[in-house]
Amino acid sequence: MCAVRDLTKTYPAVRGRRGAPGTPEVRATDGVGLDIRKGEIFGLLGPNGAGKTTLVRQLTGLMRPDRGSVEILGHDIVRHPERAARILAYLGQESTALDELTVSLASETTGRLRGLDVRSARAERDSVLEELGLTALASRPLKKLSGGQRRLACFATTLVGARPLLVLDEPTTGMDPVARRAVWGAVDRRRAEHGTTVLLVTHNVIEAETVLDRVAVLDRGRVIACDTPSGLKEQVAGEVRLELVWRERAPLDVPEVAALRDRAVESGRLWSLRLSPEEARAAVGAVTGGAAFAALDDFTLATPSLEDVYLALGGSAGNVRGLVKA
Amino acid sequence: MSVVPAEVLPGAARADGNRAADAENGTRAVAGLGPRARLWPALAAVYRAQLSRARVARIPLLFVATFQSVGIMVLMRGVVDGGDEARAVVAGSSVLVVAFVALNLLAQYFGQLRASGGLDHYATLPVPPAAIVLGAAAAYASFTVPGTLVTAVVGSVLFGLPLTHLWILAAVIPLAGAALAGLGAALGLLAPRPELATLLGQLGMSAALLLGVLPPDRLPTVVQYARDLLPSTYGVEAFGLTFEANPDWGVVLLDLAVCAGVGVASLAVATWAYRRAAVR
Repeated sequence: MCAVRDLTKTYPAVRGRRGAPGTPEVRATDGVGLDIRKGEIFGLLGPNGAGKTTLVRQLTGLMRPDRGSVEILGHDIVRHPERAARILAYLGQESTALDELTVSLASETTGRLRGLDVRSARAERDSVLEELGLTALASRPLKKLSGGQRRLACFATTLVGARPLLVLDEPTTGMDPVARRAVWGAVDRRRAEHGTTVLLVTHNVIEAETVLDRVAVLDRGRVIACDTPSGLKEQVAGEVRLELVWRERAPLDVPEVAALRDRAVESGRLWSLRLSPEEARAAVGAVTGGAAFAALDDFTLATPSLEDVYLALGGSAGNVRGLVKA
Repeated sequence: MSVVPAEVLPGAARADGNRAADAENGTRAVAGLGPRARLWPALAAVYRAQLSRARVARIPLLFVATFQSVGIMVLMRGVVDGGDEARAVVAGSSVLVVAFVALNLLAQYFGQLRASGGLDHYATLPVPPAAIVLGAAAAYASFTVPGTLVTAVVGSVLFGLPLTHLWILAAVIPLAGAALAGLGAALGLLAPRPELATLLGQLGMSAALLLGVLPPDRLPTVVQYARDLLPSTYGVEAFGLTFEANPDWGVVLLDLAVCAGVGVASLAVATWAYRRAAVR
C-alpha cells in the first residue's frame, strides 16, 4: 500500500558561527526503498540520527525529498504532499500544538480538522478516550499530565477520524506497561476490523521484536536490512550474546579479558559481545574463574536480539548504543 | 499491494506510467481520499481550541496588558490636560491592549510552535492553512475584548471623555485585531528562530505603545511618518475621533478601512508563511 523508491534527502552543510562549529552536509536518507503491505505493522528501527524521522516526514508530506518517489494507496505523495493528510494519521514526537488543550478538546478538535462534523467528532472522541482508558483524564490539560499519559492522549488524537494508515513516531515513549497495552490493543482492533496499516518508528529493540510484522533496519540514512524480526534474527542464529558488567573497570591484565576487548562494544562498565557458543563458553569460563571474577559485577548470556542483527549487518558499533531494550 | 476500494479516483490522480512496473499485479489501485476539513468548520474548531488555550494560559497576561494600559493613562494624566491629547492617550492605550495580545503574544505563539515542530500536527491534517491562521488570529483578537473595554471605560472616566460612541470598539477591535494579529502571525511564522519572533513581537508592541499612546503633535516629523506606517495607528485615530462631540464619520470609516486592508494583506501573508513553514 506504500511504496518508497530511492528516497534521498540531504541537509546542507551549516557554516560555523562564532563559538559554534559548523556541521558538514548530512545525507539523512540515502536511496531508501521500502514496500509496506496493507494491514501490517511495519517498523523502522535504528538509533537516533539514523534518519527514521526524516524518512517519516517525507512519507507524510511534511518534507520534500531531493529525489525519489513515495506512493501511498496509489497517490504520489511527492507531487501531491497535501494528499497525505487525507490518507494517513501522523503521531509526531512533539505535542506543543495540543499541550494547553484538555484531552477531550484535543481529540475533538483534531477529529474536526480531519473532516468530521461536530457530532461524529464528539462520538469518536468519546469512544477513543474510553478505549484507551483516558475518560477520567478527559477534562485535564495535556500539559498537566505525566509524560506517558500525555503521549497516550496524543495517540488518542491520531485515532479520531479513522485513516487506513497510521504513522507513529515512537508512540510509547515514557509510557507504563498499562498504557502500552492500551496502544497495541487499539492498533490490533483497527487492524482486525478495518485492515489498518501501521508504520512505526522505534529505537526500542524489544518493542520491535514483539509488535512488528516486518522491520526495516536503518543506519546512517540507509536501509541495511528489511525482513520479519525472526527472519532477521536467523542471520545471527549461530551466535550468542554475552554481556559483562565490571565492578570498576575491566581487568585488562588478565590476558583472556584483554583478548575479548577487541570484540566488545563498550558502554561504561558494560561490555557487549557477540560470540559463537564455543567462544562464549570459554569466555564465561575465563571471567568466572581466577582474577577476572573478582572484578566482575554481573554477566548474562542470551540468544541474539535485533540489536545483534543491527551490528551483524554492519550497523556502526558506536551507534548501537542508541538502541534501547526496555 | 493495496486493495481497490469502492470509490476510485479518476485517472488524473494516477502516477506516471514509468513507475507502473512497481505494481505487482499490473493494475494500479488508487484509493479514495479521506474527507477534507472545510474552511469554516475548521476555522470554528481552531478558534474554539485557541480560545480555550488562551483561557488556560493567557489570563495573567491579559491582566498585565490591561494594567499596563491603565497605568500609562494614569501616568499621562499629569502630562496632558484634556482635549485632543487626552483622546489620543485613551485611544492609544486601548488599542495597545490589542497590540499586546494580538501582535506580541501571537508572534511568540507561532514562533514557538514553528520552532518546536508543533506545526506538524496541523500540517498532517487536511485543513486549509487559512483556517489555522485565521482561527488563531480571531481567538487572540477576541481575547483582547475585555481588556480593551476596561481600558477604554477607565480612560474615558479618568479624562472626562464621553462614553457615547464607545460602541465603535465593536469595529475597532476586530479590524485593528485583524491587522495586528495578521502581522503577529506573519512575524512569528517567518522568523527563523523563536527568540527572533519574540523580539519582533515585543518591538511591534513597543512601537504601538510609543507611536500610539504619545500625542502625535509632540513627536518629531520622522517619527510621525513611522507612526503612519504602523497599522494600529489607524485604529487609534478612528477610535480617538469618536470622542469628539460630532465625529467626522467619513475619516473614521477611512481609518477603519485602512485597518481592514492591512488586515486582509497581513493575514494573507501569514497564511502564505504558514504554508511555507509547514512543509520544509
